[in-house]
Amino acid sequence: MEWLIAIVIGVMTATGVFLTLRARTFPVVLGLTLLAYAVNVFLFTMGRLNTGLPAVIDATQPGYADPLPQALVLTAIVIAFGMTAFLIVLALKARSELGNDHVDGIHLAEDEESLKSTVPPKKAIKRSGEIE
Amino acid sequence: MLIETFLPVVLPLISGIIILIARAGGIGLQRILSLLALLALIIVNISALQVSVQMPPQVYALGNWVAPFGIVLVLDQLSALMVTLTSVLAMAALWFAVRQEIDDKGAHFHTLFHIQLFGLNGAFMTGDVFNLFVFFEVLLLASYGLLLHGGGRLKTRAGLHYVALNLVGSTLFLFAVGALYGILGTLNIADMAAKITLLPEADQGVVAAAGLMLLLVFGIKAAMFPLYLWLPQAYSNTTAPVAALFAIMTKVGLYAIIRVHGTLFADQAGDLANIHIPWVLWLGLITMLFAALGAIASRGLREQIAYLVLASVATLLVGIGINSEQAMSATIYYLIHSTLVAGGLFLLAEWIRQGRGEMQDQFARAGAMPKAVLVGSVFMFAMVAMTGLPPLSGFVGKLLILSSALEHNDFFWILCVILIAGLLLIIAAARSGSLMFYNVLPQEACHTVDGKEICKIPERLELKGGSSVFGLLAVSMILVVLANPFKEFTDSVANQLDDKRIYGEQVLQLQTIENLRKELVE
Repeated sequence: MEWLIAIVIGVMTATGVFLTLRARTFPVVLGLTLLAYAVNVFLFTMGRLNTGLPAVIDATQPGYADPLPQALVLTAIVIAFGMTAFLIVLALKARSELGNDHVDGIHLAEDEESLKSTVPPKKAIKRSGEIE
Repeated sequence: MLIETFLPVVLPLISGIIILIARAGGIGLQRILSLLALLALIIVNISALQVSVQMPPQVYALGNWVAPFGIVLVLDQLSALMVTLTSVLAMAALWFAVRQEIDDKGAHFHTLFHIQLFGLNGAFMTGDVFNLFVFFEVLLLASYGLLLHGGGRLKTRAGLHYVALNLVGSTLFLFAVGALYGILGTLNIADMAAKITLLPEADQGVVAAAGLMLLLVFGIKAAMFPLYLWLPQAYSNTTAPVAALFAIMTKVGLYAIIRVHGTLFADQAGDLANIHIPWVLWLGLITMLFAALGAIASRGLREQIAYLVLASVATLLVGIGINSEQAMSATIYYLIHSTLVAGGLFLLAEWIRQGRGEMQDQFARAGAMPKAVLVGSVFMFAMVAMTGLPPLSGFVGKLLILSSALEHNDFFWILCVILIAGLLLIIAAARSGSLMFYNVLPQEACHTVDGKEICKIPERLELKGGSSVFGLLAVSMILVVLANPFKEFTDSVANQLDDKRIYGEQVLQLQTIENLRKELVE
């Protein structure tokens, strides 16, 4: 049981990190969602894995399932849900305003002065050319 | 139980909701409500500051659930100082936004502003790590809205990066909090500190890893090297009042390091004591160098100010990293100065941006701006304060930090880096000032570059919101004139922070209200 849970959390985190590092906004959103899932399962297991125990202390039972991580997971789910919704809307806004779904958008000459220190995302231009 | 222990958190939430409902009454009604609510918040916070100075840390148990089982809000001198500082800065930013009518550029500016204050004050006052996470999310969500306020593609791009990075930070925060709970079995900061003392050796590694992961999270908020890359873009592309308010946002990360790491990994932690200190010190020094180089390399004024904010964060990190009571006092003094002056500078940059027409705040030659003498003098005053030249408060703050560094083993490196970076910052500020105010194009040399008439400047420049700019910058002078009383106050804050025992006792020995009543009856 412990091995299974550990592997599940590990794979989800690794996938999440990989997707978050992608250059397109949709994989990034998916990656952050997967990271949120991984952390939710992780929080859940922090109350220790056990079965058949009551949620509240019961004198007839040998122990109890820690209810606090479950409350934390509920809070974390709600927050992650809201944040993901916001991120998706922002990604759509970026798609329409920046011209494509690269996280840096299309690089325009007029931005050059105001972009200042950032490195121009050359790949974005090339890729957007391919798409168009 | 005093009302000052919860009003700084609850008041902005209530006013945010009321302003949301008042939307039907138009922007005028929202402005009046918003300013009045903020004024009330300042009064409450000053009263809280007074309470904190006169009494030991005051604790409020939410829902009458005592620590460590419930969530507590703690009002001690540091948290009272932070909420007061936030509300003063917020007042200046809000007044500027109203006078410049920036709040009218998009919906819900005032609501988001107050929810932002709710998140900030909550993060400053909570005594529970998971609650700190929740308040971080509240302040972040409001800051996303404020950052994007007004719209524009550069804002959207900077916003996307900022949101994605902070979501990763939130995930790491949860991993760290989960691991700490799994080992220590509690989330209350004072209780965690007590549990770490009794930690068996086998579990120390996990707690150390979780503690340093928390440092990473707070490092993202505080813009510590190498996690600062989001800051210059986000701060230089957003509107001026929001950038001014964000001057306190980096300080939330620093505050969290002082509060959480300073309490958990204090001397009582045995082998784990001060595990975060070398990281904070050396990463602070590296941040300092990169901030100075960034300020020199900036191509616009707002970007340069963002790097100056980064330099002040780095100075504060070094102050925390020196890890002595004297250094903490100096750090808090510098924190008051850098927050308010940086806020004033961002507001001033908006005037300069408006005055220079097409070239905005870019470091390129343009026509002479109207009222250049007044704006230029204020700019020089602000830069003298920010870069730490005498006679203003930046100098006093840096002097205090450096003199406390003399007792540190690595004082040579600390002094070297801070002084060299300080010189670079002065060069950068002098360069940008002379470029914008002296090296102007004469009228006959006008030409167009890329379709922009580079010396086309507005004929008149109305310096709206002057009281905000002058008020914030005047604090720099007040901090010098009243340096002794301020130093005595920061000494007492540092002293209270150093005495972890009282904080723990106050939090953990709080009784429920019924128990108190029973005792009184008996």
